[in-house]
Amino acid sequence: METLKEIVARCEELAFDLSFKRAGEWKSEQTGRVVAGYMPVYFPREIIHAANGLAVGILGGGDKKLIIKGDAYYQSYICHMPRSIVELALDKHFDGFDGFIFPSICDVIRNLSGMFQLLGQGKFIKYLDLPQNFKQHIGGTFYRHELQTVLDEIYKLNGVEVTAERLNHSIGLFNLNRRLIRQLYQIRQEFPWRMTAADLYHVVRAGNVIPVEEHNEILARVLSLIAEEAGEPLDKIRVLVMGAFCEQPPAGLIRTIELAGCYIVEDDFLLGSRWIQGDIDTTSADPLEAITTAYLEKSTFSSSVYDVGNPKEARLLDLIRRRKVDGVIFAAPSFCDPALLDHPILQKECNDKKIRFISFLYSENTGQFKVIKEQVGTFSDSIKLWD
Amino acid sequence: MAKEVAKERSMILQKEMITGLFKELGNVKETGKKVVYTFVPGNISELILSFGMLPVYPEINALQSGMRKKSGDYIRDAEQHGHSEDVCTYVKCDVGMMLNGNIGPTGEKIPNPDLLLLSYTGCFTFLKWFETLERLYPGVPVALLHTPYQEAHKITPEMTAYMVKQLKEEVIPKMEKVSGNKYDEEKLKSLLRNSSKVEDYIVKIFDTTKNRPSPIDAYFAGVYYIGPINSGFRGTPEAVDYYGELYKELLVRIDKRLGPITPEGEMEEERFRLVVEGPPNWTHFREFWKLFYDMGAVIVASSYTKVGGVYDMGFRVNPDKPLESLAEYCMNCYTNLNLQQRVELLEKCIVDYHADGFLVNSIKSCNSFSAGQLMIMQQLERKLEIPTGFIESDLVDPRYFSYSNIKNRLESFFQMLEQRKMILTR
Repeated sequence: METLKEIVARCEELAFDLSFKRAGEWKSEQTGRVVAGYMPVYFPREIIHAANGLAVGILGGGDKKLIIKGDAYYQSYICHMPRSIVELALDKHFDGFDGFIFPSICDVIRNLSGMFQLLGQGKFIKYLDLPQNFKQHIGGTFYRHELQTVLDEIYKLNGVEVTAERLNHSIGLFNLNRRLIRQLYQIRQEFPWRMTAADLYHVVRAGNVIPVEEHNEILARVLSLIAEEAGEPLDKIRVLVMGAFCEQPPAGLIRTIELAGCYIVEDDFLLGSRWIQGDIDTTSADPLEAITTAYLEKSTFSSSVYDVGNPKEARLLDLIRRRKVDGVIFAAPSFCDPALLDHPILQKECNDKKIRFISFLYSENTGQFKVIKEQVGTFSDSIKLWD
Repeated sequence: MAKEVAKERSMILQKEMITGLFKELGNVKETGKKVVYTFVPGNISELILSFGMLPVYPEINALQSGMRKKSGDYIRDAEQHGHSEDVCTYVKCDVGMMLNGNIGPTGEKIPNPDLLLLSYTGCFTFLKWFETLERLYPGVPVALLHTPYQEAHKITPEMTAYMVKQLKEEVIPKMEKVSGNKYDEEKLKSLLRNSSKVEDYIVKIFDTTKNRPSPIDAYFAGVYYIGPINSGFRGTPEAVDYYGELYKELLVRIDKRLGPITPEGEMEEERFRLVVEGPPNWTHFREFWKLFYDMGAVIVASSYTKVGGVYDMGFRVNPDKPLESLAEYCMNCYTNLNLQQRVELLEKCIVDYHADGFLVNSIKSCNSFSAGQLMIMQQLERKLEIPTGFIESDLVDPRYFSYSNIKNRLESFFQMLEQRKMILTR
């Protein structure tokens, strides 16, 4: 039986395997299997699963890939992740992929979909226009059609008909996945010393690149291991890290925050894995409708979703209260319009409610953490000493 | 060069129109007219006007602040209020202008909005911008019109249906409530008939650059030509008159074989014909333009003049299908086209207008335009074997306009064009 340390090491390897070995193996195990890459933040992987496919999350090269060619495709003032994705594409890391899905989260990801078209990547490219209208018969109808076009593309490749039974089964597996991740977060927020935030990050991130069945097994095992007391609580403040919804921080940065006197008890890393809050109905005769309804009614908040009538600052406060947070760390990727334009709104709310916060920028390949460590350390000390 | 610049009638007409609009905006307290803030791409002004309301365009305010050298201070003020240096400077300029009393170009205060119409076309930052404005103007209703992207190279019936439903069930009811007027489809149709005429004129006007010399500069002067249709005059008889007058003037210029009018008079020798991709810099607009006309470079087509609507490929609003037509208009704006469509459109411009070179002015603030521009450039270079140039600046942040850097790059580009011409002549 694997120990927690061993599982985390395996997950870390999987999560940053830029050759997507496990996806390739899975595909080759049976004819008719399809691998589709999807960009951040959220994509309902259930539909690909039900079509005998594997949806693989593409989160860039992080700090594991030297960028040379990718930089020739982007100006200096564009965020880092798309350039590493282009680098991966040009270096043929995606050769086993059949198609790519680009959820509508910002102009850069949108235009990256066009670049993939021009580069001739995969057999299909789908820019998935997530509705900003949340009424079932308006945005819902449109979204459902968008999802159907993805299914049509997969059908062209493998001829698999997605029946209600198949899709309900897939939804069930992803419900379990989300439930297990929720439980992990719940335990970590109560007993953050049992597992580091970086370890949790690796465990969750591995789920982006392997079949959900395998990930569910890993999550269940990790849960059983951290259900028991381990380690000692340290004198650290409890923080919420926000702003990383798309381009991921390097794992070193997550470690640095915790080493500098904080427990990260909530974050928006890998938000797509936790996007749907709660279960999706698995008994519907029309499960595509159930997935649509879940998006409209159970989506978490994110910088990529217009928040009219559902202000993000109120939801941030709610999260701060529920997670018993001492302070907020706004950590966003450089040049990320959606995340950075949220900050003045959220920070004003923090100021008004006297919630302590700091903010800094990173990119996925940031390698120097000394300044961040000092900043976070001072933040932590100031809360411990004065609050 | 350096002749006295005589104002053409169309210039006077445009000035009167814009001044009149700001005057009307200044008088809303007396007239009781309601004010709608919205954006240029996908600006469904006809619908706003059909309810008797007045449009305000925060982007236009920002660019005018840039031209009036006020944007630097506004941006600094917004940054002091927590906005990042990394984000769109239009947003920061608008926030800064609001913090400083929202004074418009005529010196009068621009009235607060009664409705925020978030017609979100081709630019994701619009969405974030209005989230900010919603908080700066608490209680003002927001009507959101999500425009689907032309990802598959076309507009599908589902995309149009989605937009029409939003218009019918979100936008129009809010406009009725704010304005106190019922939706009047006949009035909208009548306004759209004018828009259709204007769209015809716009195509003809920008097509005049097929002539040698080109009678207009389709970028620097082009931004003035698209002014009325993008600043509240879509669908108005004034717009029809303005564009009719402008077109007449251009026919005379073609007849006399006159080059474009620049701030220093008529350009006498046309040495280079360029197609430009990307918005201009507004903070140093004159200096920027001068770098081109001093070298005899005329812009024969630009993507920026298509940001408020692309009519070159045959699209016209159809008054018989007013809401469908508004939806399709929004979906046809330049930055709502996918990258391949953008390449094809630019290719058409380069070929149709006999351009000698293709230039990208890459804007730090504008990911919608900028992300992918280097690839567009590469594609055009490969397809057409045309010399390409690349410069960088910003919309309204003066800190990102480096005159000498741009000048150096342009001089090298023009040298390259000159040498190529010599080779081709041989």
